[in-house]
Amino acid sequence: MANDQGHLMIKTALHAGRIMIENGSEIARVSDTIRRIAANAGYPDSKVYVTITGIMMSVSGEDNAQIEPVTTRSIDLEKITRVNDLSRHFADQKITLAEFDQRLTDLDQHPRYFPLWLQLISAGVLSGSLEVVFRGNYPDFWVTCLIGLIGWGIFYGVNQLAKVRFLSEFLAAAGIGVLAILAVKYHLGTSADDIIIGSVMPLVPGVPLTNAVRDILAGDLVSGVARGMEALMSAIAIGSGIAMILQAM
Amino acid sequence: MLNLLIELGLTYIATITFGVLLNVPRTSLNIGGWIGVLSFLAYRLCMMADMGIAIANLVGALVIGILSMQAARYKKMPVINFNIPALVPFVPGGQAYQMIKNFALGDVSTAISFLLQVTIIAGSIAFGLLLAEMVNRLQSKLMVIFSSRWSRDNRRNPKL
Repeated sequence: MANDQGHLMIKTALHAGRIMIENGSEIARVSDTIRRIAANAGYPDSKVYVTITGIMMSVSGEDNAQIEPVTTRSIDLEKITRVNDLSRHFADQKITLAEFDQRLTDLDQHPRYFPLWLQLISAGVLSGSLEVVFRGNYPDFWVTCLIGLIGWGIFYGVNQLAKVRFLSEFLAAAGIGVLAILAVKYHLGTSADDIIIGSVMPLVPGVPLTNAVRDILAGDLVSGVARGMEALMSAIAIGSGIAMILQAM
Repeated sequence: MLNLLIELGLTYIATITFGVLLNVPRTSLNIGGWIGVLSFLAYRLCMMADMGIAIANLVGALVIGILSMQAARYKKMPVINFNIPALVPFVPGGQAYQMIKNFALGDVSTAISFLLQVTIIAGSIAFGLLLAEMVNRLQSKLMVIFSSRWSRDNRRNPKL
C-alpha cells in the first residue's frame, strides 16, 4: 500500500469486519460495511472476500492484499449495531478514520452485556412463557421458569469454564432433563415433556439458524453451509443431551 | 379469546427476554416485542382459519420479515436485531422434542413423522423470510423511483 491512509483504512475496515463476524452478523452486511468504509475513505474500488472464518481485502491497482482471521465466535447483537452506527458516523464525516479505529478497539475491549442476574431471569421467564404458548400447560409455568433459569446458569457457567459452546449446550440440556424428570417425580410439575420443551428454548441456536438461511439466500454459500452446520451441531448437542437422560431415567 | 390474549402477552415477554439473552440493544427491544406479537397473531389467525401449519408459519415469517425491515429502516439498525427475537415463538420446539424422545425410546416411525413436520415448518419459515426479502426489494425499487432522497442515497447500490 502506497501510503499510511491506505494502511489505516484497510486495518480499520478489517477490524470492523472481524468484530461483526465474531458477534454473529450475516456475511452480506459485513462485506457491504467494509466496502462502504473503503469508499468513504477514498478507495471506491476495493475487493473484499468475506467468509465466516476469515476476511481478505485488497484495493485495486495497489499491491499487498491483507487477511484477517476470525477465530472466536459469540453472540452479541449490540456490538454489530454499534459498528453499524460508527460506520454511519464515518460516512457522515462526524469522525475521522483514526477515531473510528480507536472506537472499534474500545468497543472490542469493553462489551456491554446485560448483567448475569437479568440474563438468568430472562431465561427463566422465556422458558415459562414459551411453555404456556406451545403447550397451554398453565400449572407448570413456575417450575418451568425455575428449571429454565438453572439450565441457562449451567450453560453460562460451563461456557465460562470450557469455552466450547456445544459442550455447554449438551450439559445444560442434560441438566434440564434430569431436573424436569425429578420435578415430576416429586410432584412439583405435571408433565416432564412440557417442562423440558419450555426450559430448552433459551438454548435454541436462533442466530446461526437465521443467518444460515439469510447467507444461503444472499449467495454466500460457503458461509451459509458452515453456519447451518453450526446450528445443526447445537441442535444435536441439545437433542442428545435430552435423549441420553430420557433413555437413562 | 382470553387464551389468545394471554398467549399474545406471553409472546411479547418471550420475544423481549430472548432479545436480552442475545444482547440486543436496549432501544430496539420494545419494537422487537411488538413484531413478535403481530406475527404470532397472524400465525394464530391462519391456524384458526384452518389453513394448515405450513401456510400459517409462512405467513408468520412473512410478517416478521416485512415488519423488521421497516423497523430497521426507521431505527437505522441492522435487521437481525428485530427478526431473530421475533422468530422464537415459531421454533418447532414441541415437534423437535417429540422427535428426539421417540428416537431415544426406539419408536422410529413416529420419530420420522415428527421429523417431517419439523422439516415442513422450517422450510415454510425459510420461504416466508425469502418472500419478505422479495417484498422489501420491490419496496426499495419503488422508493427509488418515487422519492428523490432515496434515489440519491441508493443510486450506486448494485442490488437495486
